[in-house]
Amino acid sequence: MCRTHELRLALLARNDGSATELREELAARGTVVVNLLSSPGSGKTALLEAELTRARERGLAVAALTADLATENDATRLARSGVPVKQVLTDGLCHLEASMLRGQLDGWLPDGTRLVFVENVGNLVCPASYDLGERLRVALMSVTEGEDKPLKYPTAFGLANLVVVTKADLAAAAEFDEAAFLLNVRRVNPGVEVLFTSARKGQGVGELLDRAVAVAEGAEPHRPVMADEPVQHTGCTDAHGDEHDDGQGHGHSRDHGHGHGHSHDHTHDRGDGHRHSHGRTNGREHGQETDPVAAPSRPRPNLAVGELS
Amino acid sequence: MHEMSVALALVDQVAEAARADGRERALAVHVQIGELAGVVGDALDFAFELAREGTPLEGARLVVETVPARARCRDCAGEFAVGAPPDLTCRGCGGTNVELLSGRELRITAVEWADGPAYAASAGQKG
Repeated sequence: MCRTHELRLALLARNDGSATELREELAARGTVVVNLLSSPGSGKTALLEAELTRARERGLAVAALTADLATENDATRLARSGVPVKQVLTDGLCHLEASMLRGQLDGWLPDGTRLVFVENVGNLVCPASYDLGERLRVALMSVTEGEDKPLKYPTAFGLANLVVVTKADLAAAAEFDEAAFLLNVRRVNPGVEVLFTSARKGQGVGELLDRAVAVAEGAEPHRPVMADEPVQHTGCTDAHGDEHDDGQGHGHSRDHGHGHGHSHDHTHDRGDGHRHSHGRTNGREHGQETDPVAAPSRPRPNLAVGELS
Repeated sequence: MHEMSVALALVDQVAEAARADGRERALAVHVQIGELAGVVGDALDFAFELAREGTPLEGARLVVETVPARARCRDCAGEFAVGAPPDLTCRGCGGTNVELLSGRELRITAVEWADGPAYAASAGQKG
C-alpha cells in the first residue's frame, strides 16, 4: 500500500534560488559576475591573465576568483596582473555552486568592483549545470581540442552567452577547421558570438573584457536557445502546498525572466538518451601550505558533497 | 560526477517533503531528466544509492524518465526532435530562430510513500 504525490520540484532549485539572489545582490552593488567554463589546459588562465592586465591598464575595477581541485598555481599566475585574486580549492568537488561563490565573495570582494571573473573548475560537464549568479557565461576551448567539442559538451556550449576560442595561433598546426567548428557551435547555440583569441600573440585580447564591460553597462547578453527552459516549477501541485517552496525559488536557471507556458506535450517514451561521459573527480589532494595570494578557503557546499563528488 | 550533488539535492527535497507531510518512508521517487539537462541517468542512480542511506528514502527506487529534447521553429512553426548530438537548426526551413520545448527537465515529479492510503493515479508516469 502506498501513495503517490506529485511533486514538481526542480532538482537544482536551491542552487538556482541562491544564484538568482546573488545576481540581484551583486547587481545592486554594481557588480557583474563572468563565469568561465572550459576543459583543463584550454588556456583559460593565460587568457584571463591577459584580460585582467588589460583591465588594470584601463583602470577598470575587476577581480578574479579561480577554482581548482587543488594547488594555488592559477591564483599565483593571475595575481601577476595586479588585480585582486582569490583561489578557491574545491577539495575535489567538480564544480562551483552559487552558495560557495557567495561565501567566497563575502567580506573579500572590494567595494566598487565592476566585474568579477570566475574561473570555474576545469571541466565542461558539471559546472554547466550550476548557475553561479553570473550575467555572462563564457565557454572557452582551444583550437587543439577539436571542432566537435561543442557537440560533445552541448550543455556547456549550449548555455553560453559567449564562446571564446583560445590558442588561435595554433590553428594551422592543429588543422583546426574553423568553418566546421562554427557550424557545430551554431547547432547547439544559434546566434552566439564566437571570439578568436591568442593570449600568446595578443590576438583578440581585450575583447572578452569589452563584452563583459558592455554587460556591466546594461547590454543584454545573447540568450541561448537552451536557456529557454520549458517550465521548471518548484513548489507542489498537491496538498503539500507552499511548504516546499521555501525560498528555493524559481526554476529558471538564468536570469532572463522568461516565463513561457509551454504545454508539456513531449512523449514519454524513453529517449535513447545522449550520454556525455566524464571521469569522476575524486581527487582530494590538498594544496600546498604556502600562501602566495589571498588565503584559499575550502568551501563547504551546502550539500556537503566534498568527499563524495 | 555532479550527479552526487544532484542526488543529494533530490534526497534532501524528498526528505523535507516527508517531514512536512508526516511520512516515514518513500518507496520510489520519480524524476524527469531531459536529454539536454547534462545529467546522466545511470550516474544519478549510482549516486542515489549512496545518498539515500540513513534517510526516509533508504531502500527507495529511483524511477528515471528521460525526456527527449524537442524544439519549435518560430519561422515555419515546424517542430522537431533536437537529437543527439543536439542540433537546434530547424529541420524544415534550416532556420535558427527556434525555441526549446523540452529536454532541459531536471525535476522530481512524484514520490510513492510507504504509508499512504491508496496508490494515486498520478503514479501512471513511469520511465
